[in-house]
Amino acid sequence: MNFILLITAVLTAFALVFAAYWIAKLLSPRSYNPQKGEVYECGIPTRGKSWMQFRVGYYLFAVLFLIFDVETVFLFPWAVVVRDLGVDAIISVLFFFIVLIGGLAYAWKKGALTWD
Amino acid sequence: MFDFSVVSSWIHQFLTSVMPEGLAIFLECLVVGVCILAAYAVIAMILIYMERKICAWFQCRIGPDRVGKFGLLQLFADVIKMLIKEIVELKNTDKFLHALAPYIVILSSILAFACLPINKGMEILDFNIGVVFLVAVSSLGVIGILLAGWSSNSKYTMIGAMRSGAQIISYELSIGMCLLAVAIFTGTLQFSEIVAFQADGWLIFKGHIPAVIAFIVYLIAGNAETNRGPFDMPEAESELTAGYHTEYSGMHFGFFYLSEYLNMFIIAGVAATIFLGGWMPLHIPGLEGFNAIMDYIPGFVWFFGKAFFVVFLLMWMRWTFVRLRIDQLLKFEWKILLPIGLFNLVLMILVVVFKLHF
Repeated sequence: MNFILLITAVLTAFALVFAAYWIAKLLSPRSYNPQKGEVYECGIPTRGKSWMQFRVGYYLFAVLFLIFDVETVFLFPWAVVVRDLGVDAIISVLFFFIVLIGGLAYAWKKGALTWD
Repeated sequence: MFDFSVVSSWIHQFLTSVMPEGLAIFLECLVVGVCILAAYAVIAMILIYMERKICAWFQCRIGPDRVGKFGLLQLFADVIKMLIKEIVELKNTDKFLHALAPYIVILSSILAFACLPINKGMEILDFNIGVVFLVAVSSLGVIGILLAGWSSNSKYTMIGAMRSGAQIISYELSIGMCLLAVAIFTGTLQFSEIVAFQADGWLIFKGHIPAVIAFIVYLIAGNAETNRGPFDMPEAESELTAGYHTEYSGMHFGFFYLSEYLNMFIIAGVAATIFLGGWMPLHIPGLEGFNAIMDYIPGFVWFFGKAFFVVFLLMWMRWTFVRLRIDQLLKFEWKILLPIGLFNLVLMILVVVFKLHF
């Protein structure tokens, strides 16, 4: 039943966007003007391409994010059983934590977290 | 406490008695879909009105008051305005991705919205991995935002999308840490069980110091996650026009607007569910009469009351603080919130293992 409901929710989302888009299309006025199709750039014509290179800093944060996000995925199953495992759970996850915090400290020291 | 599953199982029995089971399930799914849509639209309209009024009060203005009594018809006026605006077709965009982006953004927020347990037995998606599912679907939204910025082929949207992506993925870590702390404390990932765990006291009272820290970190990170408040870098209107949705017009823009408000409600709803007890009424140990009266208030009233209280806190934050710069924003997350989150996790483990909680 849960998965049927999941599919229902997905279809609902698509139906909402599709229906609202077409209702708006039918209701709204339409007029053509060559200037209208230009991208917005404060009224002046666009110079150069917009699909271009951007700062490498964004990539660095994305890579760091990946590390920590995968770490949370690993920790979730462990979090559910920590109450039953008791002290063993702390010891077993301690090394994992040390490596992680070491990784963050290393990135910090290397200046990966500084935006300049 | 009223259990809504009585109603849903009665409907199921009634439908299966008059028609084949497949058709009955199909009809139920239709009803569920319509309910999701209705709740989604109504909550978005309420939030937009609430934001305009609260923002006005914070700035010593009156806010919308021309359309209807107290400007209440403003809600409908906003929706109609959005629907009858022209959807401008741009020349140099990536047409497919430009049209796809709103679908992904709305999909992510509707799936997350369907996870919220509104009343006892009234949760739509109640997986045993609910918390992980919520984190997963809410991070789908960032793909939509990046697509919207990239496909518009404009520099403003590009910068807006990049900033937004960096911000959302960074603050998601803090949210993950807070949810992890809660998962450690409750020992379950299912939302209905997390709520049931709080029957004898909300987590924020029960969970000692780590729960309070987690709640505060969650509110800050949640505000950043929805691109609002002091963290509205991606759409900093004085520098980037409107950020990643500059090139969207009419209802196309409306989808981003809608999902932004709903994401705020989802953040508030999750905070209400995992820290403030969801639909659980307020119980004070020892006051039997008081507890009995509180039990008469239906669960969904409690849930929406708590959720809108957290929404008010988020709006308060938004209209009080000034915008951060991108470097301050990322520094704040990676050098302050994330270490606090990790430390809080260790604290929570100690509290749970050595049974220091109430």
